[in-house]
Amino acid sequence: MRRPAPRRIVVVGASLAGLRAAEALRAQGFTGTLTIVGAEPHLPYDRPPLSKQVLTAQPGPPGTALPLPAALDARWLLGRPAVSLDPTARTVALADGTLLPYDGLVLATGSAARGAPAALAGPPRGVLTLRGLDDALALRAALVPGRRLTVVGAGFLGGEVAAAARQRGLHVTLVEAAAQPLERTLGPAAGAYVGALHRAAGIDLRTRTTVTGFRAGANGHVTGVELATGDTVRADAVLLALGAAPATGWLADSGTAVDGGVHCDPYLRALRPDGSVVDGVVAAGDVARVPQPLAGGGRLALGHWTNAVEQGAAAAATLLAPGTPAPFTAVPSFWSDLHGARIRSVGLPAVADEARIVEHDLAGRRLEVAYHREGRLVGALTINRTARLAAYRTALREDGEPAQQPAPAA
Amino acid sequence: MRITVDMNLCESHGQCVFAAPDIFSFDDEDYLLYDAAPADALRDRAEQAAAVCPVRAITVSAGAS
Ligand SMILES: Cc1cc2nc3c(=O)[nH]c(=O)nc-3n(C[C@H](O)[C@H](O)[C@H](O)COP(=O)(O)OP(=O)(O)OC[C@H]3O[C@@H](n4cnc5c(N)ncnc54)[C@H](O)[C@@H]3O)c2cc1C
Ligand code: SF4
Repeated sequence: MRRPAPRRIVVVGASLAGLRAAEALRAQGFTGTLTIVGAEPHLPYDRPPLSKQVLTAQPGPPGTALPLPAALDARWLLGRPAVSLDPTARTVALADGTLLPYDGLVLATGSAARGAPAALAGPPRGVLTLRGLDDALALRAALVPGRRLTVVGAGFLGGEVAAAARQRGLHVTLVEAAAQPLERTLGPAAGAYVGALHRAAGIDLRTRTTVTGFRAGANGHVTGVELATGDTVRADAVLLALGAAPATGWLADSGTAVDGGVHCDPYLRALRPDGSVVDGVVAAGDVARVPQPLAGGGRLALGHWTNAVEQGAAAAATLLAPGTPAPFTAVPSFWSDLHGARIRSVGLPAVADEARIVEHDLAGRRLEVAYHREGRLVGALTINRTARLAAYRTALREDGEPAQQPAPAA
Repeated sequence: MRITVDMNLCESHGQCVFAAPDIFSFDDEDYLLYDAAPADALRDRAEQAAAVCPVRAITVSAGAS
């Protein structure tokens, strides 16, 4: 079934995945109208520096704008969130009442930081979250040397902020519910390794406990957090780093399956709850929940930079070639920088049932772990051993589906 | 084709090594090594490596191999 080539394409989400989809559409020969809708007032910018250099660089934060290709020829509708999708009429409605008709639509709304859990609703001033540039600048302003910061959640984002704050000379407490940081994603051994890096840097890491309440001063600003252990930790600022949830609220009435992210088929086409394809609609990046060969075909949304880049390009290819799309099979990869240690991973360590330690050298700050699921390699993690990852990545590719390169974004 | 990598920017992310192992590799200290004048047949791979570099350290240009 071939449909005529799309003439009007709308991209919702003006960030990494949306921009790379738009670039790929033009690179792959799309000459029609291209409209990019963004909730934030900013042109696309890069998020990884927000928990790293933007917090630490002196005297001021570095620029984070993503380069825009000269030939993009797009209409930017910024500061105007999309509020609903009607896939039958093929229109997207924006908050200001604008109705955008489309032939092809890219869903690239990413994810949003999870806020305080219900039990901690209405936190005092000085309790922050981090997802966007404005959040990062507010957090940076709170990182005054000598002050006290509590970070709740020792995942990658929380860990990086704790490390940045330490580097800036703050007293940092890092609170984690699990026995080790990143235990669920990387397993207990790698988690303990990361925990040791935090402690060696002078971070007060409190594991197996949760925040049960906040203390605030008369001025309504946070002064401390209460822990389930009964302890109270003094704090001048608190960062809640409790993970991110796909930004699908605006799709609630669209008839698309959106729990845990927009459900997609292997070609990144959006699906209805009955598994049928929503015509002309693709998804990419953090918002897309895509079948993962390494997870036995289970659908996962990945919050990885490279995933957004590769899916952006692949989603564009699907929109332009609805008759003959190529399945998306890129091997996931992720990085994080912590206390000067280069943490790099390929595949999906989180779906493993076994973590095999290949090298464990705390003094030399080196780690290599191979992850298996039902005896089959599903991922690898290294610290300051990136050179070792290429071989794992090759093995994962050969092990997975037939190697299908998504079209390059350039 | 010519390849240049701004080594002041490179953070050893390895994305280029994954995308174009014929051009990019690491030494034992995770320092990036690359072929500055690869064959033109590797152009697509080189472009892909440049596109996935998170710090945009890679420049691909035409020129004698
Ligand atoms: C602080 C931080 C550090 C990170 N560090 C790393 C790292 O070291 N390594 C790594 O691999 N990954 C990292 N990531 C993850 C990486 O940045 C994301 O995977 C990537 O940004 C995903 O791109 P995206 O375009 O899918 O989503 P996003 O970048 O989240 O962009 C989605 C865009 O859509 C907009 N939007 C949302 N709803 C609507 C709506 N209804 N209408 C219009 N627009 C809307 C949002 O405002 C946003 O601009 C980090 C993320 C953060 C926040
Ligand atoms: S992808 Fe970029 S940062 Fe990573 S190793 Fe290659 S050049 Fe360096």
